[in-house]
Amino acid sequence: MKTKKTVFSTILLALVVSICAQSADTLKIKPSFYEVSDYVDENENCLKCHGETKYSYSDADRGKTLTKIMYPDLIVDRDAYYDGVHRSFMCSDCHMGDFEEFPHSLDARMEDNFACIDCHGYDETYAQYHFEVIDAEFAESIHSIDGFSCWNCHDPHSYKPNMRDTEDIKEAIRFNNGMCLECHNNFSNFMLLSDKDEINVVESHDWLPNQVAHFRSVRCIECHTEINDSILVAHKILPKKEAVQQCAECHSRNSRLMHSLYKFQSQKDRKAGYVNSVILNDTFVIGANPSPLLDGISVVVFILSFLVILFHTALRIIKLRN
Amino acid sequence: MTTKKIYVYPVWVRLWHVLNAICFILLILTGMSLHFTTAEGNFIRFDISVAIHNVAAIIITFNYGYFVMGNIVSSNGKHYKNWRKNLATNLWRQGRFYAFGIFKKEPHPFPVSEDNKFNPLQKISYVIVMYLGMPLLIISGLGLLFPETIAYTVFGVSGLLLTDMLHITMGFVLSLFLLIHIYTCTLGEKPLSLFKGMINGYHDAHD
Ligand code: HEC
Ligand code: HEC
Ligand code: HEC
Ligand code: HEC
Ligand code: HEC
Ligand code: HEC
Ligand code: HEC
Ligand code: HEM
Ligand code: HEM
Repeated sequence: MKTKKTVFSTILLALVVSICAQSADTLKIKPSFYEVSDYVDENENCLKCHGETKYSYSDADRGKTLTKIMYPDLIVDRDAYYDGVHRSFMCSDCHMGDFEEFPHSLDARMEDNFACIDCHGYDETYAQYHFEVIDAEFAESIHSIDGFSCWNCHDPHSYKPNMRDTEDIKEAIRFNNGMCLECHNNFSNFMLLSDKDEINVVESHDWLPNQVAHFRSVRCIECHTEINDSILVAHKILPKKEAVQQCAECHSRNSRLMHSLYKFQSQKDRKAGYVNSVILNDTFVIGANPSPLLDGISVVVFILSFLVILFHTALRIIKLRN
Repeated sequence: MTTKKIYVYPVWVRLWHVLNAICFILLILTGMSLHFTTAEGNFIRFDISVAIHNVAAIIITFNYGYFVMGNIVSSNGKHYKNWRKNLATNLWRQGRFYAFGIFKKEPHPFPVSEDNKFNPLQKISYVIVMYLGMPLLIISGLGLLFPETIAYTVFGVSGLLLTDMLHITMGFVLSLFLLIHIYTCTLGEKPLSLFKGMINGYHDAHD
């Protein structure tokens, strides 16, 4: 009897625990947020509106409360926010105007946004990212137009480096290209920034065979930027005329991918030795993965066979002349 | 010495063979070009090589199917059977002939006949090439042509890399076969007589 009871209570306990665990997962404000930020409650002052699809405000004089739909562009996703590199921030660290008030005041709206370089420039802690170089590259890039800033590609409320820490290179590529396609595959975003006509990315790349495989295996920036060995992700997007169209730039012994996409991987691998970098690599490009051993053996075998044939021919000529 | 003409290469074999040979040479040239690409470019432009290699690959694949079907439905298939019989001794006799006998004008140890057009060395190499080498080459090639069908990784090694390794290795082995094949085809009665046979279908036999 006693064992039955224990079994029963264990099951009950397990059930309760799993239900609680699940509800924590579907909670809007998760316990894990408190582990990464000291300002979860303060941030709720903003997220009660900006974290929801609807918001309400009331006027004490009229004794009336209105509920309205939040503009999708102004919604900040909590999960993404507390996963980004700036998760320890309070909203008001960056939005320093008086946004507590609603409707937000003109003063608050006129605030200048920080740029990445304002906080990260010339700082030893972030030297590995070379913000200064990136900033200079962006200034020279095709996107350096009015209304375009780092924030157009790097969402202030969710940004985290992707390429650098990735375990799954295909996934990282998908993420990267998604960033570009946000505008280049979505004209309503594009036209906010430019008067140019719509560009159909699939059509303008139809010279590339196996386009789907290519867009899955290389990033847009592989072809559209100038290689810069001092930064991990090149930021100088060139005009389309200067984009890479030569297949051999990638499909060759000295593939540019080794200096861009596979830069981190190949540096890690080089330490682990050549064999590792060729065999234990899920990245592979026709023409760019040399195997000197295999090539060498092939050439030697071929030459030897040829010599045997020459020898045989010579003997035939000599012996059978008469 | 009387000369008898034996009809050994039916029209369909000759058609298969000439198409096969043309595609094969194109595949070798473009395949080598793809393989030895350098930053300065290659001796056939990469995208052109890809296009030619793909087209020739598709043609040779169908042509291969045609060959296999032909050997199933026609009597030509018999020349590709029984290759195991007395293999060691037969190969030794044929090998000895190429190494010594041929220089002493000894007669061919396995003269061509309607029932047996290949000597043992030809037989085993044709069987291996046509029923092992070509399938592996084609399967690995199709894998490269439709990369989404290949396992992404096999024990942590890129499936594409393995497929490509197999493809390059088989491409090399068969290229080596071609070199030897063309040479052994000069070892007939006269250097050009076997080539003539492949064109007009007849083998000149001497009694
Ligand atoms: C009562 C709901 C509510 C609260 C609370 C609220 N906001 Fe807003 N906020 C809005 C709405 C609605 C808009 C869009 C309409 C507008 O601009 O007035 C907006 C707009 C904004 C904008 C865009 C302004 C512009 O002109 O581009 C920013 C930035 C902003 N809020 C930040 C904040 C921050 C930071 C907080 C917390 C300190 C906050 N908001 C609190 C409802 C709210
Ligand atoms: C690291 C600095 C930073 C932090 C922290 C931050 N923001 Fe922002 N936020 C910005 C910048 C920069 C912009 C302007 C983006 C642009 O120009 O595209 C912005 C824009 C906004 C906007 C306008 C809509 C938009 O996306 O352009 C809202 C609303 C907003 N932030 C709300 C919040 C809330 C709520 C929080 C806290 C949960 C917060 N922000 C925390 C930097 C920050
Ligand atoms: C308001 C100042 C501010 C702005 C603006 C800002 N950052 Fe940060 N960023 C920080 C601080 C502070 C940290 C450290 C946060 C921590 O350690 O919790 C940080 C962390 C990071 C990190 C992680 C660094 C590491 O090695 O851990 C990256 C990457 C980063 N920021 C990139 C950016 C980018 C890209 C932008 C612009 C799109 C940007 N930041 C804008 C202040 C800022
Ligand atoms: C056109 C889009 C675009 C713009 C504009 C842009 N970036 Fe990036 N940035 C990317 C992409 C794509 C990556 C690679 C993805 C990743 O690692 O997050 C990246 C990565 C980064 C990284 C991480 C690099 C590393 O070493 O891990 C930093 C830092 C960065 N960008 C800073 C900036 C700054 C600063 C600006 C503005 C001067 C800026 N970016 C503007 C697209 C852009
Ligand atoms: C926020 C929207 C946005 C994002 C994200 C974006 N672009 Fe753009 N891009 C534009 C706009 C707008 C233009 C047109 C600029 C102009 O008017 O000159 C442009 C122009 C270009 C051009 C030049 C085309 C030409 O006609 O010469 C290239 C190439 C390009 N983008 C590539 C990229 C790549 C690669 C990425 C991702 C790293 C990217 N873009 C991300 C908006 C965007
Ligand atoms: C293999 C190299 C390569 C890759 C990968 C690549 N592009 Fe391009 N892209 C080019 C070239 C070359 C051109 C110029 C074509 C021309 O002149 O017609 C171009 C043109 C463009 C244009 C201008 C098109 C026009 O008609 O004005 C845009 C925008 C663009 N690319 C965006 C992208 C985006 C977004 C991605 C990633 C999804 C991407 N590219 C991936 C090589 C590439
Ligand atoms: C930005 C670098 C880059 C450029 C430029 C490039 N490729 Fe590729 N290509 C790749 C990568 C990476 C792969 C591997 C794709 C995969 O993983 O399936 C690939 C795969 C291929 C394949 C498929 C091979 C297979 O797996 O069957 C073909 C065919 C190909 N490329 C042809 C071309 C041609 C033709 C051009 C020039 C018009 C070209 N590529 C330009 C990077 C590039
Ligand atoms: C004589 C026969 C062949 C030879 C010598 C040959 C050789 C080669 C070589 C050397 C490469 C480059 C691989 C690299 O360097 O990484 C290659 C690529 C390739 N081969 Fe072949 N191959 C032959 C036949 C075939 C056949 C029969 C097929 C298909 C059925 C095929 C399909 C491919 C494909 C798809 C590629 C990838 C590049 C492309 O798409 O063109 N090949 N081949
Ligand atoms: C330029 C290239 C080639 C030339 C000049 C050539 C020449 C010849 C000649 C003269 C013969 C008849 C002699 C004999 O039966 O041994 C022959 C037969 C044969 N060749 Fe080739 N060949 C070439 C390429 C190839 C290739 C690439 C393959 C296979 C991949 C091949 C496979 C065969 C086979 C299987 C036969 C026997 C056909 C039969 O009668 O059933 N040949 N070749």
